[in-house]
Amino acid sequence: MTEFLQQIINGLAFGSILALIALGYTMVYGILRFINFAHGDVFMLGAFAGFYLAPKIATLIPLPSILGGLAVLVASMVICAALGVLIERLAYRPLRRSPKLTVLITAIGVSLFLEYTGQFVFGAAPKKFPQILPVYPIAKIGGLSLNSNQVIVLGTTLLLLFVLRFIVLKTKMGMAMRAVSFNPEAAALMGVNTDIVISFTFALGSALAAAAGILWAVNYPAIDPLMGILPGLKAFVAAVLGGIGNLPGAALGGIIIGVIETLVSGYVSSTYRDAIAFAVLILILLIRPSGLLGKKEVEKV
Amino acid sequence: MNIRHAKTVLLGVLAVFLVLSLFASRINGYWLNNLYDIGIGIIMAVSLNLINGYTGQFSLGHAGFMAVGAYTAAVITNQFGELNVFAESGVFAVALFAGGLAAALAGLLVGVPTLRLRGDYLAIVTLGFGEIIRVILQNMDVVGGARGLSVMHGWTNLFWAFGLAAVTVYVIASLVNSTYGRGFIAVHDDEVAAEAMGINTTKYKVTAFVVGAFFAGVAGGLYAHSKQFLTPSGFGFMQSITFVVMVILGGMGNTIGVILAAILLTLLPEGLRLVSGIEHLPGIAAERPLNWIGETRMIIYSLLLIVLMLTRPQGLFRLKKSPLAKH
Amino acid sequence: MAALLQLDKATIRFGGLTAVSELDLHINANELVGLIGPNGAGKTTAFNLITGVYQPTSGEIQFDGKSIIGCKPYHITARHIARTFQNIRLFPSLSVFDNVRAVFHSQLQGDVRHALWRGKGYHAEEQSIANRVVELLEIFQLGKFRDEPAKSLPYGDQRRLEIIRALATNPKLLLLDEPAAGMNPTEKVELARLIRFIRDKFQIAILLVEHDMPLVMEICERIVVLDYGVKIAEGKPSEIRGNPKVIAAYLGQESVAAPI
Repeated sequence: MTEFLQQIINGLAFGSILALIALGYTMVYGILRFINFAHGDVFMLGAFAGFYLAPKIATLIPLPSILGGLAVLVASMVICAALGVLIERLAYRPLRRSPKLTVLITAIGVSLFLEYTGQFVFGAAPKKFPQILPVYPIAKIGGLSLNSNQVIVLGTTLLLLFVLRFIVLKTKMGMAMRAVSFNPEAAALMGVNTDIVISFTFALGSALAAAAGILWAVNYPAIDPLMGILPGLKAFVAAVLGGIGNLPGAALGGIIIGVIETLVSGYVSSTYRDAIAFAVLILILLIRPSGLLGKKEVEKV
Repeated sequence: MNIRHAKTVLLGVLAVFLVLSLFASRINGYWLNNLYDIGIGIIMAVSLNLINGYTGQFSLGHAGFMAVGAYTAAVITNQFGELNVFAESGVFAVALFAGGLAAALAGLLVGVPTLRLRGDYLAIVTLGFGEIIRVILQNMDVVGGARGLSVMHGWTNLFWAFGLAAVTVYVIASLVNSTYGRGFIAVHDDEVAAEAMGINTTKYKVTAFVVGAFFAGVAGGLYAHSKQFLTPSGFGFMQSITFVVMVILGGMGNTIGVILAAILLTLLPEGLRLVSGIEHLPGIAAERPLNWIGETRMIIYSLLLIVLMLTRPQGLFRLKKSPLAKH
Repeated sequence: MAALLQLDKATIRFGGLTAVSELDLHINANELVGLIGPNGAGKTTAFNLITGVYQPTSGEIQFDGKSIIGCKPYHITARHIARTFQNIRLFPSLSVFDNVRAVFHSQLQGDVRHALWRGKGYHAEEQSIANRVVELLEIFQLGKFRDEPAKSLPYGDQRRLEIIRALATNPKLLLLDEPAAGMNPTEKVELARLIRFIRDKFQIAILLVEHDMPLVMEICERIVVLDYGVKIAEGKPSEIRGNPKVIAAYLGQESVAAPI
């Protein structure tokens, strides 16, 4: 039983990270009806940003420490937000009027570019992420162990979810985002500057991905330029599972996938772990393509 | 491109390569392998073109079909020891065909669930299928699992590689240019209108997948008997992307363009390797070695994709006004 | 004589919205019927019901004596109902010739293997199909454009091509969805002539959805009026013209009596 609970906790932690990445996918899809294939690589860049920033920040704030860790987190979020905006501007905006397939291929190109340039610049071998947070064991009940890293993952994710919720529901920009996701033309006619909204969405999604990257690196300190591929794909599946375009759905999807994968890996077989997400994807698209929380879209003839 | 007596041309081409393959021992083994790769690349690209280019189903898992064909053919031929020429050809042909059939079955399994999906979803799902195939192969110890499978016979030669490439081009081009085949393009252009005009879009999409997968399987068999060693990781997403780039570069739905692109992209790594082998540029740049070019092949690919989409999404080789308007 | 097309209390609901409600509609062989109504009245939805794009929530639809409910669009076409679309839906990658030719696949004697082997039978069949395509194109004076990409044709010609393509499926009933949309007065006169010509030459029934009142009044033998998914009037053009219910439905939009 304790083993099961342990797996659940691990799954929740893993799932939270997936959720953060999934939010970025779903936000961009909601606004542009487009899958940003390169999103998983922003996650990777977040981790690497943290890797290279940590020593610099350590000169100002001693690491490991709560404040230091926070600084690394925020700094890498800012960098990736800027990067997301840049990518959108250079690679996706010129293709706004092009067929969806063209942009998809471009996104694949951007993703590959980030991965292989990463390999070229950072080196393909995994690097050890420095310890930026102090680790305290939090609880040891029976055979169950919970340490501060896991709590931080869950806590940070929850915090970011609340912040996101606040932005989307209570701010003007959030309202603009929702308007554009319902109907871009109408929103533009209402005076919404769609370009700014789109840039902001990318910035927000990328920042969350960066946070996910840091949280991942804190828990699994080996980072490499291709680390974003699998989590990116799984997060995408999570977004679809929850209903693509639906924010709570993306978070929910992330948690579900995280837990299922951890449980299957623990109890059934770890070799099939990576195939789980794809199996879920196929099942969902067959049974309920609009996702758990999504709405059905009817094509007008 | 409607060649009269296309069948005669095909037979002629096959004869030419049969003869060439007899003199193949004169050719440097390194270049021979490159030629085989070109033939295999052409088959993969042209077969993917049927799915992606003509029918408009964006498939990112084509390497998975190749894997199925490769492993199937290898397992069959590994049952045999040394054979005389005729038996060898017979067994090889059967093995390749079986690989194609197995892959076609996989194509059926992939094609049917993906019917209702739109472009981006379809891409991800086919990617997923490709990965699932890879993971399954990785866990099948009977075919070596992650450690790989040795292929006893290196039976691929010029005749098989280019002969089958010619057959593939013939079959797919014939198919698409016929009245029946115009249906594929109709499905690509406008499914609703196609259905309204009596075209069973489902059947066409599945047919595209199955036929495309069949040839990918055959290519896989050729690949297996050229490299003589198979690992599941060699058939992953990156491989699929290479073929997708070929189709895009050539111009989706442009058979000749795709063939040219396949040749170009197969030779690209070799070309890069050649260039990077040039230690120094003469003159001012004499101090800077160029060996970094080999490492940057994938970077070049990806930039190629991006730039191509931004500037010339119709592909490099689209010369005529509307190349799909053939009859 | 039983009607060619018969809708009995056909209804379709989308969630809470009833787009078409208990529609009784019949069309006899060789009849030219108009379907009119204000925007959103459910005319295109009715088309979509007949052509299998939507399935009715209740009610019956019969064609040529057999029910066509549950049939997919390509089945419906095989039963000899053809249609055009409100927004022209040609196949842009294909030439004018191929747009029509693609339709003939359903009439192929040989199948896939035939196309691959390319024996005498294949070539003969392809030639016969090519002849029929050219014949159709020539009737509508589009023969000279045969190898042009379909999307390069002027708008009016594109509309005609779409109609030709529909005719290639050998229909007994042709559904035209706002064929006059975007046309100038001269083109509309030509269109009226074309529709009558098609009905006479091909001996088919035509159901026409149109907003252009003079056109509808001029060529249709009978008119059905929808408003909010319900049939509010039916009869000869002269009967519809002065019908107060029809005028009331259109009030706030174009008046029925307005000139072109």
